[in-house]
Amino acid sequence: MYPNRINLLKAELNEQALLKGLAENDSRAVEALYKSHFGMIQHFVTNNNGSFDDARDIFQEAMITLYEKVQLDHFALTCQIKTYLFSICKNLWLKRLQQMGKYSAPLSAQEETVSVEEDLDRFEKKDAAFAIMDRSLNSLGEPCKSLLEGYYLNKKGMQELASQFGYTNADNAKNQKYKCLMRLKKLFFAQYNIGE
Amino acid sequence: MEDIQLQETIERYLTDQMSVEERTQFEAIRKTTPEIDQMVIEHAMFLREMELYVNRKNFSALNKQVFNQLLDAGTWTPAAEQPTSFKVIQLWSKYKKVTAIAASVGGFIALFTSAMVLFFFPSINGNQILELSKAVEKIERNQKVQGHILNEVKTKVPENSKLISGGSGFLIDTKGFVITNAHVLKGEGAIVVNSLGQEFKATIVYSNKNSDLALLKIEDEDYKQAKALPFTIRKKSSDLGEDIFTLGFPRNDNDIVYGRGYLSAQTGFNGDSNTYQIQISANPGYSGAPVFNDKNELIGIMSSRQKQAEGVAFAIKSDKLFDLVEILEANELTKDLNVKLNKQKVKGSKNRKAQINNFKNYIYSVRAFD
Repeated sequence: MYPNRINLLKAELNEQALLKGLAENDSRAVEALYKSHFGMIQHFVTNNNGSFDDARDIFQEAMITLYEKVQLDHFALTCQIKTYLFSICKNLWLKRLQQMGKYSAPLSAQEETVSVEEDLDRFEKKDAAFAIMDRSLNSLGEPCKSLLEGYYLNKKGMQELASQFGYTNADNAKNQKYKCLMRLKKLFFAQYNIGE
Repeated sequence: MEDIQLQETIERYLTDQMSVEERTQFEAIRKTTPEIDQMVIEHAMFLREMELYVNRKNFSALNKQVFNQLLDAGTWTPAAEQPTSFKVIQLWSKYKKVTAIAASVGGFIALFTSAMVLFFFPSINGNQILELSKAVEKIERNQKVQGHILNEVKTKVPENSKLISGGSGFLIDTKGFVITNAHVLKGEGAIVVNSLGQEFKATIVYSNKNSDLALLKIEDEDYKQAKALPFTIRKKSSDLGEDIFTLGFPRNDNDIVYGRGYLSAQTGFNGDSNTYQIQISANPGYSGAPVFNDKNELIGIMSSRQKQAEGVAFAIKSDKLFDLVEILEANELTKDLNVKLNKQKVKGSKNRKAQINNFKNYIYSVRAFD
């Protein structure tokens, strides 16, 4: 093999490893992605009427989009990570600017882009569902919110939750969790059906 | 089988915690019982959304943590590139003058700019939305004026407390339950003042920043329970183009102010499905004011307006009040309050002047103190 082909192969393997790490919530992969690509987005956003904080928000959303993409069953990235992240960020930022009534001229960017409409649509749909779940959980009140978060978010067992919340036994905790879950589902589906 | 056991069984089935035998048995039941099948489908959907929620929440946290670590390590320099001043900033400069004038009378418009809030709740966008809660010193000053006129009436604001925010509110239950916006209640306690200038002590029963709704209970011996509400609280959503009006206390004095407009979109800022967009001239102080249609129905609660577009305001949909009551009922501490929402159609006059006359006694100016 020619040396440059070997380098290409190495780069490709490296990208695959990063995506695998990302899928597994590996902080090293997340760090590597920030280190290699955030600067580009910072430059792009701050040169197009945005602030450093805007760049951070946009990049975080793009990272979530990529993260949720690699979780899909038939996941395939047909371009470099760099191109993908840039395309997402550019789209998101354009939209944000339009929403704020700021957008006037075409955005200045030298980078190449790919079509990411489908991924953005998926992100938006999931975003809506996420917001509904978040709102529903937050309007539950205590102890329901913490109890359900303990169970679903922090994956604690019923015994552990019982002692944490001062229930005499796991069965009492189970009962309480059931009541809370029913309320959460009611709140969630009341909004979910309207939202879809 | 008890509901709780059934629910548990479904969850075990969906999370692969069953033995092969149990699984076969359950699938047989599922096939022959459509209700159970429906429950399984529904719960599967719920668990999928929950998983998505949990994953995204955990990943977001990791994202932020990594970003902050790198930022602290000096990987990037935030101030290196200055954003060019653009429309919003220009608008702000323009508004600054107006605010300065308002401030000279004692007015100040609250802006909130938390980037975290922006990230998690895109519907609350600090840069583009103005809350409609009222000035601080404005009310204080007004109180002094009032003091001159009504010498013998002492204010019910506790001594040593200072008024810090204000807005409007209205009765939803004649037992003394007043709805307002959560962002109106910046302080520890509140009083409400009716359209005659009479003050009543109130306690904050419930306040939720996400929904921006808060519930007060008038607890004052001077409060005489009013007759039945002259309006219905609408549970269904309202139609586009519907004529609407509001009554609130946006001004320095105790005069109730009437405003009219129309419902311009089914969703609020950035497509927020909890709110309507309405076309009305909304001033600070209208926060928490009721929005009525011409059928004697309450359809929303004023909450914020868009900064750049004059006349565009957002009202929380009235069905959120039913959610609120549900939350109160489900909570051990608040279930005995027994808040009842009026769902009965109110015949009453459709004449606007008569409506205003009927409604105004049910609408209050809300003042929060620290």
